[in-house]
Amino acid sequence: MASGRMLEDLFDINRDAFDVTLFGAEPHGNYNRIMLSPVLAGDKTFDEIVTHDVDWYREHGVNCRFGESVVKIDRKKKQVISEGGMTHYDKLVIATGSASFMIPVPGNDLPGVIGFRDLNDVHKMFAASDKPNSKAVIIGGGLLGLEAAAALNAQGMKVTVLHLMGHLMERQLDPAAGYLLQKELERRGINVVCKAHTKAILGHEHVDAVLMENGTTHGADIVVMAAGIRPETRIATEAALRVERGIVVDDAMVTTDPDILALGECVEHDGTVYGLVAPLFDMAKVLARTLVDETAKFVAPSVSTKLKVTGVDLFSVGELAEGDDREEIVFRDPGRGIYKRLILQDDRIVGTVMYGDTTDSSWFFSKIKANEDISEIRDTLIFGPAFQGGEPLDPLAAVAALPDDAEICGCNGICKSTITNAITGGAHDLAAIKATTKASASCGNCSGLVEQVLAVSLGDDFVVPAAQSICGCTDFTHEDVRRIIKSQQLKSMPAVMQECGWKTSCGCHVCRPALNYYMIAEWPLEYQDDAQSRLVNERNHANIQKDGTYSVLPRMWGGMTTPDELRAIADAADKYNVPAVKVTGGQRIDLLGVKKEDLPNMWADLNAAGMVSGHAYAKGLRTVKTCVGTDFCRFGTQDSTGLGIKLEKMLWGSWTPHKVKLAVSGCPRNCAEATCKDVGIICVDSGFEVSVAGAAGMELKETQPLAKAATEEEAIELTIAFVQLYREHARYLDRPHRWVAKVGLDWVIARVVDDIVERAALCERFEISQSVYRNDPWAEQSTPEFEQRKWSPLADLTLEAAE
Amino acid sequence: MSNWIDIASLDDIPRRGARVVKTHLGCVAIFRTHDNQVFAIDDTCPHKKGPLSEGIVHGTAVTCPLHNWVFDLKTGMTQGNDKGSVATFGVRVEDGRILLDVSRSASRLVA
Ligand SMILES: Cc1cc2nc3c(=O)[nH]c(=O)nc-3n(C[C@H](O)[C@H](O)[C@H](O)COP(=O)(O)OP(=O)(O)OC[C@H]3O[C@@H](n4cnc5c(N)ncnc54)[C@H](O)[C@@H]3O)c2cc1C
Ligand code: SF4
Ligand code: FES
Repeated sequence: MASGRMLEDLFDINRDAFDVTLFGAEPHGNYNRIMLSPVLAGDKTFDEIVTHDVDWYREHGVNCRFGESVVKIDRKKKQVISEGGMTHYDKLVIATGSASFMIPVPGNDLPGVIGFRDLNDVHKMFAASDKPNSKAVIIGGGLLGLEAAAALNAQGMKVTVLHLMGHLMERQLDPAAGYLLQKELERRGINVVCKAHTKAILGHEHVDAVLMENGTTHGADIVVMAAGIRPETRIATEAALRVERGIVVDDAMVTTDPDILALGECVEHDGTVYGLVAPLFDMAKVLARTLVDETAKFVAPSVSTKLKVTGVDLFSVGELAEGDDREEIVFRDPGRGIYKRLILQDDRIVGTVMYGDTTDSSWFFSKIKANEDISEIRDTLIFGPAFQGGEPLDPLAAVAALPDDAEICGCNGICKSTITNAITGGAHDLAAIKATTKASASCGNCSGLVEQVLAVSLGDDFVVPAAQSICGCTDFTHEDVRRIIKSQQLKSMPAVMQECGWKTSCGCHVCRPALNYYMIAEWPLEYQDDAQSRLVNERNHANIQKDGTYSVLPRMWGGMTTPDELRAIADAADKYNVPAVKVTGGQRIDLLGVKKEDLPNMWADLNAAGMVSGHAYAKGLRTVKTCVGTDFCRFGTQDSTGLGIKLEKMLWGSWTPHKVKLAVSGCPRNCAEATCKDVGIICVDSGFEVSVAGAAGMELKETQPLAKAATEEEAIELTIAFVQLYREHARYLDRPHRWVAKVGLDWVIARVVDDIVERAALCERFEISQSVYRNDPWAEQSTPEFEQRKWSPLADLTLEAAE
Repeated sequence: MSNWIDIASLDDIPRRGARVVKTHLGCVAIFRTHDNQVFAIDDTCPHKKGPLSEGIVHGTAVTCPLHNWVFDLKTGMTQGNDKGSVATFGVRVEDGRILLDVSRSASRLVA
């Protein structure tokens, strides 16, 4: 493409300065390569995208050698060597572009693995899509990969996109815009997998599947490699021109040989390689002038990106990344699926991302290029040129956008339309809605949402009583957000922030840990825990102490231990110079004052002795305290120790809104102090008395009886069902006793005790979650990979400075 | 005069996270935001010495893990009513490498 534009520029200045010979590996002249995507989608034909046809070259006296590759440059003799022989030059221009990068995995050379670069590739894809029910896997969720995906999907293929990073087009988009884009592609039936690590491409004579690191496979009739491009520099390297990532050129587009110039994607200028056409066109102008001995200088322009997929409005330009002194303005309209973000520096816009509505993109782009001072219009800037004076964002937009079948009241299964119908039928306040629909009549968590539905339906006639939102980032309460996560099936943090109209781009220290918990609780299988949204103790799996050291506390199941375990703990205390060893109230041993960099080694030592994390730092299951029960005590009525160990083995590793402590006593003498725990079990002759919602912290609360169980199994079921109900309903950072006080013990008993079906369902959901979370974080975090990435300092300058 | 040294790759720090660099003047925390901006500030909270590198990073701010003071990564100043600030250091990213300006710590060292 660059060569065609350069020739136009050259002929504009001086038609007769050079006799031009043009070599091209492709069997035809210049065409608009970027329009290969619409050709693939069937929106355009190849003829429509040809920019220079045979007639044009003939008119301009260009000697065309299409279908002929240059294989060698002889700089001494000033000749190029091609299949057709030798050709002399005075000046040589290299514009070899680039080639698709084939990711280095086994099978990447199988037939059916193709790049997306030229017309030939497009023909291969057409051939594959002709077959009925054919499947395509695209590796790479950048600009190119997504255009290919949308086009092949439009051609009727079943398309899967495998993307290595956390969100699509991560170089041009932030996570919020990446989420919206993914949602749109999925709506079209494209399967998108992020954080996808490809292990191998499988097949014998032809590809038939792609194997991922995690063992899953994706069937494929073709695999399209769109994971990046490599500048085509082979002939330049061989001719000993300076080549880094691309052929190095100066500001005048001259290589290290004064008679050889280069432009396009194959060059590197000032450390940068370009992959979009706008800079190449600037290069063409400069190079043409250099050829006729005028002075010209290439200056790197700001480049904007637009995805050429029909029906997707997406724009991104400038700096979204790296640099000091930046601020941002964010606008989200969940109802219309709009996201806009401006990045400001020194009162100037330096970058923007827009999704869903790009009408103002050129206005913003012009302000970026003009480096215009926007301090005067800053407050309304995000609304674009039409709204100078601006309208504020409607806080009810997210509720208005909920579809009719969105469930508002989970207890009673009431969806939005049932409530709006009741409103039309005359129910105009919360009490009337409760009475007519039962929505919010049970646990009451959804009353905030019901009120917002009233406000949306009745407009000014209904004023929403002010409820406390999670934090300044949102107008919603904890309960509202949880409902929306569930009813709208939001499975990622950017999804929640977009659909609930977050006012910041990535939340804050209050909402992020809460959201992370809500997603873990709601989507244990789909959602990936986000370490960066964890408070320090949970991120480092140890309790931070006031001097910045940590404590390490291995689990002792039901408070039982062995001489071997005690020896391992003692050895660890010696080896790492642990200053304090403490027996805790939870019947285990705490090692205090451990340095951060010692944590993984110490864990590995304790793991080797068969011990796992005690989660003493977690909003999760802490301890199950027990007494010795029937094994040794003359009063014991049941095996309290055995039950405690069983409970701990089932519950450990689970995340909860706040910490959870259990205890089991073997008789009403209650040596394990079970009546001030979150769940306390007292064994009696006839079975087990299960009581809940006690506390012995800042508040002192005796547990309240939940139910009496005849068997050990039933006691375990009741405990798990209670914990799961708490996990599903409580607000983040509410202990069980506070949550029970809000929803009422009767409401809890109705679900956990009386409704056998619901109890079983709660236990089943708990078990699903535990299939992911019942494991030892220490074992994972003490691997060599974590060791380097996380626990050690990034660099130690005290050593360097000493030299 | 600036004295830039190559510390590590950008990818060595998780997004919305931080790692520390040990210097003679104590630890410097290098932060990476959700949109790949990089900042360097003193790791020690002026309140009660909380390690700021362990805090939650949001936008271009970090919240101290011990008592939730919020610091602006750009200026090192606290936000809201809490009074205090930490030193900031020059840092930039080039070709995916993090460069830290150590001139200040060096000159103080010599002095
Ligand atoms: C499908 C697709 C969509 C794109 N969409 C966009 C977009 O929306 N916006 C945008 O800005 N950019 C887009 N691009 C990128 C854009 O097309 C490239 O930046 C541009 O084509 C590069 O121009 P070039 O002249 O450097 O290389 P090319 O256009 O690749 O031209 C190089 C030519 O040199 C030939 N060649 C290589 N080696 C030799 C040799 N030894 N001898 C003879 N000939 C040789 C090649 O066969 C090729 O024909 C897209 C690219 C593709 C593939
Ligand atoms: S609670 Fe009862 S069974 Fe357990 S140790 Fe005390 S007296 Fe014995
Ligand atoms: S030590 Fe940082 S807020 Fe207290």
